[in-house]
Amino acid sequence: MTETGMTDDAPRGKKSLSVRDARTRRRNAAELRFRAYGIAAIAVGLFFLVVLAVSIVRSGLPAFTKTVADVEITVTEAEFEAAEAELFKTKAYVRLFIEKLQTQLGENRLEVAFDAAAIGRIMGKVGGTMREFYRENPSELGQPVAFQLAASSRVDGYFKGRVTREALQDSRFLQLSDLALVDALEEAGIIRQTFNWTFLTGADSGVDNPGGAGIGASVVGSFFMMLVVLFLSLPIGVAASIYLEEFAPKNRFTDLIEVNISNLAAVPSIVFGILGLAVFIQFMHLPQSAPLVGGLVLTLMTLPTIIISTRASLKSVPPSIRDAALGVGASKMQAVFHHVLPLAMPGILTGTIIGLAQALGETAPLLLIGMVGFVARGYPDGLIAGFTEPNSAMPAQIYTWAARADASFYEKAWGGIIVLLVFLLSMNILAIILRRRFERRW
Amino acid sequence: MYDTINSERRVDTKEIKFSARDVQVYYGATHAIKDVDVEIEDKTVTAFIGPSGCGKSTFLRCLNRMNDTIDVCRVEGDIRLDGEDIYDKSVDPVQLRARVGMVFQKPNPFPKSIFDNVAYGPRIHGLARGKAELDEIVEKSLRRAAIWDEVKDRLDAPGTGLSGGQQQRLCIARAVATEPEVLLMDEPCSALDPIATSQVEELIDELRTNYSVVIVTHSMQQAARVSQKTAFFHLGYLVEFGETGQIFTNPHDERTESYITGRIG
Repeated sequence: MTETGMTDDAPRGKKSLSVRDARTRRRNAAELRFRAYGIAAIAVGLFFLVVLAVSIVRSGLPAFTKTVADVEITVTEAEFEAAEAELFKTKAYVRLFIEKLQTQLGENRLEVAFDAAAIGRIMGKVGGTMREFYRENPSELGQPVAFQLAASSRVDGYFKGRVTREALQDSRFLQLSDLALVDALEEAGIIRQTFNWTFLTGADSGVDNPGGAGIGASVVGSFFMMLVVLFLSLPIGVAASIYLEEFAPKNRFTDLIEVNISNLAAVPSIVFGILGLAVFIQFMHLPQSAPLVGGLVLTLMTLPTIIISTRASLKSVPPSIRDAALGVGASKMQAVFHHVLPLAMPGILTGTIIGLAQALGETAPLLLIGMVGFVARGYPDGLIAGFTEPNSAMPAQIYTWAARADASFYEKAWGGIIVLLVFLLSMNILAIILRRRFERRW
Repeated sequence: MYDTINSERRVDTKEIKFSARDVQVYYGATHAIKDVDVEIEDKTVTAFIGPSGCGKSTFLRCLNRMNDTIDVCRVEGDIRLDGEDIYDKSVDPVQLRARVGMVFQKPNPFPKSIFDNVAYGPRIHGLARGKAELDEIVEKSLRRAAIWDEVKDRLDAPGTGLSGGQQQRLCIARAVATEPEVLLMDEPCSALDPIATSQVEELIDELRTNYSVVIVTHSMQQAARVSQKTAFFHLGYLVEFGETGQIFTNPHDERTESYITGRIG
């Protein structure tokens, strides 16, 4: 049979091009399957991304609003003196407050009975706030003053749907009967939700005051840490990579260094944390909980990432460019700095941004140098203090909040994640802009 | 004045630029160049021919110490440029390469503008005082490389955007911009089409008036067309070295004859 097929005059399997043979069909089917896998993989990825984004935004957005009560109060000098003469002074102020509130509600034709304890459960220590204000600003006496009082965490939760009536059945913090007052206050426009600037600008607060907690101070802490990481790890990493890649002799010793750098990139970050504790704090006596130390630890962690990616991008510069530069009489260093490094720059920036993003999101090493926990020092005063004063970092702050009992801290943790992601995105956008600029030059 | 001499295929007593004695090159354990003796004259085109892997490019790269960049490469023997041992410890390869320019097999312009490509050498060697002088050097070099008319209106355009032949001439312009004494060319036309090749060959013939040119080529026709002296390498040995006419018409060694008649390769 084969012999007949081999003869010259036998038609050589003339087939129409428009009819696919079995092999082609199989091949096409395989390609189609592969494409389907690819699309499915991307779809799954996108699905999880969307789920993640939606859940973060849904859980985190409430952190950006807070519930406040705006009450306009006029306290006359006589009332002030009478209150100051009493034994329980703040109680006197609360009484004054209740009076004014009653009249305001009455103007809106809302009649609710409530006592000082209910006010305490809804708005916290009103009397103390008022007394403090008038003692500091006696000139305001006799004039109307608009007090903005933060509603308690549970009232806030009630407004955001976190606290339900069922949950308040036997609560001693906020009682079912108080909700009538809350509803009345809302109807009168006294209690309302506003944008929570404190969350963006404030520092951490005590466990009993979730309303006053903010992420601002730890954003500043993270910012200073990133400065340390950037200004240490980029020059050190790039210099080390250039030396290893372009200048160092290739021998067993440099091989060993190379292997170790790769291994370092895989070392758990908490190891760097304990190293930082031992070296920077216990041995070098650098200040505890300081962004400087945090930055140093994260630099150690980021260096291998930057070195590996920088070496990869230096390697990918075609050798013909080095030859060309050396051929016209450039020195090795001129060849590297005039030609190789600019071409490798986009890759170096990519590696740096990956390293920085990793460092920004790192919590474990900070745990060991005291940047996790209650570090409510607020804003550093001045640039140097920013590096040396105790502060927290965003992921550490989020971790601290997530570990606290009050549900509104949980909400703050989600809000903190939104701020962290925005910080990260702006860092990446900056890097992309820089990279574009470098790429455009060629 | 040189033109009258060089227009004839006559090799008379010219100044020796490079003289190599007993050169050995090793790549790790591989003995790539064996006992090579050669003398390269000034204002002459010397062609290195031979089958692939015979060591002609390796030897060329010894002449400006480009092999230094290869870790495993080791050069022994004596190579002198104007009587000075270029492998002496006191010699800075960077200074050597400023005097011995090189053009590579694949056109490798810098990913910069045409102007910057040519100006790079003069800049790093401080050959120009001021912008006007630099402009002059760039124009002169581009003219010498026979590419000025094609690029004079777009000196700011990237060098990598030119065609292959133009890129190679740009590389030649870049090499001559530093005023080298010797120009080494490692198969400069292997990536070019016939028209670009003939342009580059013409150019090489013109460059001979100012420089000593050493060209490695796979094409025997090219060697016959452009060179005055030809060296035939085979398996790391320099088999035969002499006037081009003699090598191609009356080779002394039978290996040379076999190669130029196409029997070994």
